[in-house]
Amino acid sequence: MTKTNIGKAVMAVLLTVVLFAGAGCKKNAFPASGAVAGWDKGDKTQTYDAATLWQYIDGGADQYVNAGVVSASTSDYKYQGSLEAVVDIYTMKTAAGAQEVFEAEPPVDSKAAQLGDAGRLYERSVVFRKGKYLVRITAFEAAPGEGDALVALAQGVETRL
Amino acid sequence: MQNRREFVKEMVAGAAVLGTGAQFALGDTKTASAAAEKSKVVIVRDAKVRTPGPSPDEKRVAAMLDHAMQTYFNAQNPVQPWKQLVRPGQVVGLKLNCLGRALSPNVALVAAICERLQQAGIQAGDIIIWDRGTRDLQAAGFKLSNAPGGVRCFASDTAGYEEATVRYGAVATRLSKILTQCDVVINMPVLKSHNLAGVTMAMKNMYGVISNPNAMHGTACNPYIADLNMIPEIRQKVRFVVGDMLTAQYEGGPTYRPEYTWNEDSVMVGEDRVAIDHICAQMVERKRAEKGLGTLEHAGTPWYYIATAADAQHRLGTNDPARIALIEHSIA
Repeated sequence: MTKTNIGKAVMAVLLTVVLFAGAGCKKNAFPASGAVAGWDKGDKTQTYDAATLWQYIDGGADQYVNAGVVSASTSDYKYQGSLEAVVDIYTMKTAAGAQEVFEAEPPVDSKAAQLGDAGRLYERSVVFRKGKYLVRITAFEAAPGEGDALVALAQGVETRL
Repeated sequence: MQNRREFVKEMVAGAAVLGTGAQFALGDTKTASAAAEKSKVVIVRDAKVRTPGPSPDEKRVAAMLDHAMQTYFNAQNPVQPWKQLVRPGQVVGLKLNCLGRALSPNVALVAAICERLQQAGIQAGDIIIWDRGTRDLQAAGFKLSNAPGGVRCFASDTAGYEEATVRYGAVATRLSKILTQCDVVINMPVLKSHNLAGVTMAMKNMYGVISNPNAMHGTACNPYIADLNMIPEIRQKVRFVVGDMLTAQYEGGPTYRPEYTWNEDSVMVGEDRVAIDHICAQMVERKRAEKGLGTLEHAGTPWYYIATAADAQHRLGTNDPARIALIEHSIA
């Protein structure tokens, strides 16, 4: 390989890293343990791009890809040591992409939530969009007071976006 | 009460044995004989399955399984059906669908099948509980194990895929090494809507036995799902379906979306994968109508693959209601 080619390869790698880093991998949008009362964050935050999102939500990824997803980051949470939930933050290319996904979902049995540009609260989940971000928080079981707890966690995410 | 992980731990140790086996009054013999020439599908419901707690009761779940199997095979005891499905010495896989995490096959249901298989003469070490992803299995409450002598539980992403590419129609793929080492596979799907295919139940669950499911999502997964089920290793080894319909989902699938779930509180069994999927598609459509939503076709996710699977080229089963004998029992 010539010096010129090596230089080009290095530049390509650096460009890729810079682009990916700037693509909206919002790891810092996840509240740390204790930052929201009662909520503890899991150890790992996993991130997928448009090409690998199917590994996280096989069969569900196309909807986000078609709307222009750039990345999706996800982390587990636990409320008061028992209620398990997951926070998914989808970073879209544009706010219109986040709006497209949000509005494609039927608001069956939901209540409006004062979160971001628009939000909905369901029995065991909350979803909202803010600019190019779409955030979904899903609880894996029913628990007393879970609605208020989910909204509090959502507010914790919103303030970090 | 044991939590789910503790229950699986005991199951994997192979020590626990279910009770004596519920003795059900299988009095619906007229229905059973009329079903002889048709594709039989059995659904057993237990409206009290979530008592005393909000989660399904393990003993009631096991009783639902026994009732469904005894009804399907017109059997007098709960072990006999399994002796008709498997033979000692065979490796038996239980292919789960754990993509939905909280909407995955119930651990107690899987444990009950493992017990019945062992009572039917299958060695614990010849039973493999599996799915595509390790993380999915764990998140659904299954304890990974590959220890000799116990029921094994692991995923294709660790077992790997065969080198050879297999093909049928539009499908070109590599099979999980777990599938190829099994002699018999019990298909254990969950009922969900699917953002691409419309509905996912028996046939769509086979996307979890191949290396490249993401390559088969175009055109509402049609004809991919039907073609995939034509692959000989899948068509021949996957002999029976035990569907977990304790909780089902009518919108937003396959990702778990609790806001779109309902408690169906039932278990479904049968051999005809097409008939099962057809019945399940109708169930999802009915629930959508009840919730004020349009049909799946109207939503842009038609379940055309079910008709494709029944067509003259595939003949994987029937989607003709006149040729399906649906037997529904309530045991509450």
